[in-house]
Amino acid sequence: MKTVFDRPHALSDVPLHYCPGCTHGIIHRLVAEVIDELGIEGQTIGVASVGCSVFSYNYFECDMVQAAHGRAPAVATGIKRTHPDSFVFTYQGDGDLAAIGTAETVHAATRGENITIIFVNNAIYGMTGGQMAPTTLLGQVTTTSPYGRDKAIQGNPIRVCEMLSTLDGVALASRVSVDTPKNIIAAKKQIKKAFENQRDKKGFSIVEVLSTCPTNWGMSPEKSLEWLRENMMPQYPLGTYKDIDAKEAE
Amino acid sequence: MSNKVLMKGTEAIAQAAIECGCKYYFGYPITPQTELSEYMAKKLPKVGGLCLQAESEVAAINMTLGAAAAGTRVITSSSSPGISLKSEGISYMAGCDLPCVIVNVQRGGPGLGGIQPSQQDYYQATRGVGHGDLRLLVLAPSSVQEMAQLTVEAFDMADIYRMPAMILADGALGQMMEPVDFDSIPRRDIPEKPWAACGHNNERKKNIVNSLYIDPQVLENVVDERYKRYDVIEETEARCEEYLCEDADIVLVSFGITARICKTAIKAAREEGIKVGLIRPITLWPFPKKNIAAIAENAKVFLSVEMSKGQMIDDVRLAVNGKAPVHFYGRTGGMIPTPEAVLENIKKLAEEINA
Repeated sequence: MKTVFDRPHALSDVPLHYCPGCTHGIIHRLVAEVIDELGIEGQTIGVASVGCSVFSYNYFECDMVQAAHGRAPAVATGIKRTHPDSFVFTYQGDGDLAAIGTAETVHAATRGENITIIFVNNAIYGMTGGQMAPTTLLGQVTTTSPYGRDKAIQGNPIRVCEMLSTLDGVALASRVSVDTPKNIIAAKKQIKKAFENQRDKKGFSIVEVLSTCPTNWGMSPEKSLEWLRENMMPQYPLGTYKDIDAKEAE
Repeated sequence: MSNKVLMKGTEAIAQAAIECGCKYYFGYPITPQTELSEYMAKKLPKVGGLCLQAESEVAAINMTLGAAAAGTRVITSSSSPGISLKSEGISYMAGCDLPCVIVNVQRGGPGLGGIQPSQQDYYQATRGVGHGDLRLLVLAPSSVQEMAQLTVEAFDMADIYRMPAMILADGALGQMMEPVDFDSIPRRDIPEKPWAACGHNNERKKNIVNSLYIDPQVLENVVDERYKRYDVIEETEARCEEYLCEDADIVLVSFGITARICKTAIKAAREEGIKVGLIRPITLWPFPKKNIAAIAENAKVFLSVEMSKGQMIDDVRLAVNGKAPVHFYGRTGGMIPTPEAVLENIKKLAEEINA
């Protein structure tokens, strides 16, 4: 009998704790599939962050390190610089990467750390129960922006890929989505490239994945995907903001 | 034949780290310890290592954490305000059972304070560096030779006990020059690091380096296990120098550069017939409480001499445990006690004893 669908080896055989309809599960699977396809599980060290993905150290079969909130790129730097032939990735949410860890993110990027960052942007703090994130949209209601995010009070949302694409150390800055099968295939391609860049010593690669939070958005999984398309995509357009290979090809 | 080199205190720490196989340094510039980074920046590339200047102390300690998690011998250094920033990472390293050496070349505080020598971070180092139930190995050098020696010992102890170790120095020790003999520094047997997250190479189960335990019973068990190691350390690793204590009525307790000033004052007092001695803690945690308790059986009075408003005195009092009064003399803010002022305090206590 031919196997047509199976769990990737790099994805641990344990129940994930994520809420129903949350897209973390899909993103985990894509990362694990890429690790399998490149045959690098034994050389990979993942860095879990703080937020909903805090337990991701239980979900990947490679060696894992749990970092403090926002510090994953610094921890990854320490691992990669002492083990330059390993593959090091961080898996971070928007609060972790774009609020408390902004300095670590920007400086790892500008140093051109040869690491891969999987940045999951769902425009809200999930783990702590739906507070405003740096990526929360203007007008979006959260528990700490109960009247909707007002730029006069809470300021503007941050576009990470656009910002990082201005830095010389960045090899790849790409924003993808996992809301449709087509987009999932496109997302996997970018994640794979982000790991291949490490293999080829090209520098810092970040893939921002737009994600849903049905629980804290207060919507069904299906409605959440619609909301993501209608509201998040205009603010955070999908696309590759920097790819040094594309530049070389020009 | 010993091979002595004249070195600055900060540089002696850096060279000692290299001598015992540490090839990685992560740091951020701050006075009065920047020479340590500069020395590493010059030397480490030549031994196949790396000195990386981080964007902050917070990043530097987390890079240190990453390197340690991957099983690498690693060091970071800073001065007081920078150690406050490193506290988060130090707590995580303690929680992850990761070895590393952290150097604090103390300056005056609180806040930005000043850049002159201080011992104001005693509480921070021995009580309050980072959140949670945790301990650091804290070693207090008193000479440039000890800056080197205790650095090597800190690395070995950190590896043996799987925990961060701190060298608690000060701006005076960091800047002064003295001869150092690296060859005479003792070494210990170091365990392997089968727990390191450096890639399982498809040869073992995955390793997880983590400080999160969401089940409170599991967390309590983990902390309890760690405290068993701490108990062994308290039992076996406490060290101090006892100087002229055998017949002493008055016993000074002082560490680091201040202990040397005390010795000068003690020599002068002895010439005047005052029976005074010194206990110099070399490990601040574990604190040499047994030594102090033993000497407290015969001593009439204790004097804690510090470059702070009085922090170690708490540990001296706990060790003396009411057997004798414990007095304090100190300067703070970067001011250094003079031998004359210490002598004056000794004389005052001698008069009180005789009266």
